[in-house]
Amino acid sequence: MPDTQVLVNDFLNKLKKRKIEGSQATARQTAELLRSVISQQRVPYTNQAGALIDAVKAVGEQLIAANPVELAVGNIVRRVLHIIREEDLSLTTAAIGGLNLSAVSDDENDDDRDGDSTLSAAAVAAAARSTLRPPSLQTLLEDTPVSAAVPQTSSSGGDSEGKTADKSSRSRKLKHDVIEAVNELIQDIVTCHEQIAEQAVEHIHQNEVILTLGSSRTVLEFLFAAKEKKRSFRVFVAEGAPRYQGHLLAKELVARGLQTTLITDSAVFAMISRVNMVIVGAHAVMANGGVIAPVGMNLVALAAQKHAVPFVVLAGSHKLCPLYPHNPEVLLNELRSPSELLDFGEFSDCMDFGSGSGSPLLHVVNPAFDYVPPKLVSLFITDTGGHNPSYMYRLIADYYSADDLVVQRRATAGN
Amino acid sequence: MDSRRSSRAVIDPKVRQVGFFTSAPLPPDRTQSDPPDPIRSPPLADASSPGNSLSPVMIPPPRHPSDSLLRLPHSPSDAFPPPSPTTTTTSLGDFSDDVTAASSPPPAAARVRGRGSSVKQQGAASSFPGGGFEVPPSVKAPSSVPASGLTTVSVVKLPPGISVEVQSDRALNSKPLKEKTSKAERRAIQEAQRAAKAAAKAEGIKTPAVTALANAKSAKSTKPSPQRNDSAVVVAASEKKGGDRSVEKDRKKDVPHPRMQYDDKSRVQKLKKRSVVKPTEARNRVELFRHLPQYEHGTQLPVLQSKFFQLDTLHPAVYKVGLQYLSGDICGGNARCIAMLQAFQEAIRDYSTPPAKTLSRDLTAKISSYVSFLIDCRPLSVSMGNAIRFLKSQIAKIPISLSESEAKATLHSDIERFINEKIILADRVIVKHAVTKIRDGDVLLTYGSSSAVEMILQHAHELGKQFRVVIVDSRPKHEGKLLLRRLVRKGLSCTYTHINAISYIMHEVTRVFLGASSVLSNGTVYSRVGTACVAMVAYGFHIPVLVCCEAYKFHERVQLDSICSNELGDPDSISKVPGREDINHLDGWDKSENLQLLNLIYDATPSDYVSLIITDYGMIPPTSVPVIVREYGRGQLWI
Repeated sequence: MPDTQVLVNDFLNKLKKRKIEGSQATARQTAELLRSVISQQRVPYTNQAGALIDAVKAVGEQLIAANPVELAVGNIVRRVLHIIREEDLSLTTAAIGGLNLSAVSDDENDDDRDGDSTLSAAAVAAAARSTLRPPSLQTLLEDTPVSAAVPQTSSSGGDSEGKTADKSSRSRKLKHDVIEAVNELIQDIVTCHEQIAEQAVEHIHQNEVILTLGSSRTVLEFLFAAKEKKRSFRVFVAEGAPRYQGHLLAKELVARGLQTTLITDSAVFAMISRVNMVIVGAHAVMANGGVIAPVGMNLVALAAQKHAVPFVVLAGSHKLCPLYPHNPEVLLNELRSPSELLDFGEFSDCMDFGSGSGSPLLHVVNPAFDYVPPKLVSLFITDTGGHNPSYMYRLIADYYSADDLVVQRRATAGN
Repeated sequence: MDSRRSSRAVIDPKVRQVGFFTSAPLPPDRTQSDPPDPIRSPPLADASSPGNSLSPVMIPPPRHPSDSLLRLPHSPSDAFPPPSPTTTTTSLGDFSDDVTAASSPPPAAARVRGRGSSVKQQGAASSFPGGGFEVPPSVKAPSSVPASGLTTVSVVKLPPGISVEVQSDRALNSKPLKEKTSKAERRAIQEAQRAAKAAAKAEGIKTPAVTALANAKSAKSTKPSPQRNDSAVVVAASEKKGGDRSVEKDRKKDVPHPRMQYDDKSRVQKLKKRSVVKPTEARNRVELFRHLPQYEHGTQLPVLQSKFFQLDTLHPAVYKVGLQYLSGDICGGNARCIAMLQAFQEAIRDYSTPPAKTLSRDLTAKISSYVSFLIDCRPLSVSMGNAIRFLKSQIAKIPISLSESEAKATLHSDIERFINEKIILADRVIVKHAVTKIRDGDVLLTYGSSSAVEMILQHAHELGKQFRVVIVDSRPKHEGKLLLRRLVRKGLSCTYTHINAISYIMHEVTRVFLGASSVLSNGTVYSRVGTACVAMVAYGFHIPVLVCCEAYKFHERVQLDSICSNELGDPDSISKVPGREDINHLDGWDKSENLQLLNLIYDATPSDYVSLIITDYGMIPPTSVPVIVREYGRGQLWI
């Protein structure tokens, strides 16, 4: 336990100081941290899933609070929680199936459940995975004993009887399975670029002109994948002030032999009439299909809409956030240092502090993110394929369990 | 906003009624102010100062096919002027009374009254040709009536300004009024004209009396003629031919010349032979912009400096201005235009006609060579193009009979007048208009650094209005920083941000003021790159976008996107970020043939995004730009 605490604190510091660049790196590190938390967590004999969930939640709350704007952290925490629940569910169903607990179940269900227990376990797990409905509701409506047992084990913690027989093997198995699954998640995060890039050929054609803003590794890989498939096209890169990551992207693209033109952000509107497609990365994708993206993206999206240019957002599944945004321009934003725009002291000579009400005459606003409303987005390309903005909420339901959506708010309520 | 609108709605019907109908309440007023009329009619117009002539209430004189004018025998012309001045002045008188009585604090009232009077003279002068020399209604009525109609609409759309707005409203409305009242007369006039024309044709056109010609001239120049009168007198003999044939030519000239396309090899070769500066072409040209000159920057200056003594044909003042353009010391439409005109003034002062040459031809050639030098330094702005066109037309108008020194003096004063009227006074009028759109508690957003907008903000601040300014800036020029510095010094409360953050900051903005390099006749605003982005976002947030632009920057050219015509800046300033040494990703990459750096200077804002254009002729919707260009174009706008 002390080891993980050190790790957690270390990571918290990094998050607080905004040392970690990019949501992918954040997501991967979060997942790795949670994996070590899980592996260090001592599991009691009863209610292992509940213990794991509590441990992950405790760490997750801290992580989310450290950088609430970095939604990837929260996403990963929720996904790990979801993984734990799911593994527990499948184990439980397997146990139920294996133990032949037909006495509890209804008569109609009896025969097929008895016939193939593994199949039914998989089916239940799949059903739970692909639905957004909260388990409690499910129990109310369907009244099946199998699913009734599941939420009890996961949330209330009351372990059902009859499982004591293989308790030790199950507890070891749960932790093992969860860690396996988290490893898979990490793998997914690492390889999401490739999976997204595989779809590049379907979207980029010969002689197209593509515009992008700032720098995103996903976009880079995507463009490069199309280039590798012998498509020749041109790329306009808006530099993305004040971070000027577009320079970085332009350099990478040129190094890989793509025809690249670097433009200023102000020239986006001028150039977009000659662009066939806008392909950009995102910081996070909200459940309503809105996008939190590097600052300036709303400008590009509006210009693209004006000229009916498809606005395509590439996002790995770790960027899909199950929350619905409220006033995201302000609440999901952070203001960066003014020194990126004006040098410190540059205006000290013309400021008259002697007079006036004491409020400074000069404000410098340097937000880090922009919110692109879903109506401006033509398409999301994730590692599971292309999706409409209106479909995002459904896609997100695959990855998260409805119980976990409010990790943070419960924390604040508890405090 | 809403409360203002509702308050407007109360006034609305009244304004509309005044605008489109010859209403009942007006006639009594006319009879009242009839007496002063004779005094105020044309002769007095001479006294009006050029400053006042730019008043927003000026009535757009119609543009008429001048052949009909020239062929016009003088007898009917003598008969017709009276009715129209009567109507105009009376309606104007009525309005100024009205305004002073109606509202506004004492100083404002005084101001309004002062302008009202100037307007009276103005209106009289300008309406003289309009009413007197009648034009077929097919030309006149559609052009002028919609014009005023549109203006009214624009005003109605906006939250009401105070006195000035009402004023311009009424004044413009007085125009259709006048036309309607004199409808019967007009028909009579027309018939008389036709008869006269036929008679003139039968006689042969070549023998108009000198007086008639002078008369026609002064009429043709439809402009309120204070300054033109002298030339009109002198013009008499020498210009008769020019006047006659200019009509056809004018029509053709109306279609702007196609611009130089730099992907046309043969023409580029020709151009190179002529040019003084031999720039090396940029290596990595952006394919899309092959039609624009793309040169290696920084190569011209040393070459030019070394060539100074070889360029004996070039006047040093012009040379200096050229270098300043090249180095970017002078930028901004107005500043560049004024600098150029002043350089030309000096050049003209030092000019002497070579033997066996005429001043007008030789000087025109000279000016052309200067201009091509300036183009080499930096492509002309529309404002400069218009100024050059004005200057050339002035030179062409100089009669041969005039001595050299006189001609030079005339040109000198013409240029002076252009600078004064079209730029400096125009700006003042714009400021006056725009200030009415600023209210306490407003948050005004501006982009880059526009001289007109800066004046507006400062003036509003001096008037004691409480407002906040948001300055949006962009790479690579960071012109907003300079504006910010000046405004903060003046004590205005400012917020500074970059263009990417525009969607963030737009939430708190209530009005957007933008400058323009030019306004094209399809309503497109051609301005510093990024203006379109700002206007677009403001439009998305339903925030009014006000473009401030002097009318001399209007151009009849049309443009749909920013690519057909533009200017390319130094690409190196893109790859380097001053003050940010950590941004060095592109060091050494700029020579790679796959990488192009594009530094656009201008962009074109579609007219949909523009709520209002504030010019020296008043506040107009972008759809009315062609009207201004047409009504004040050629003969009037540039003189």
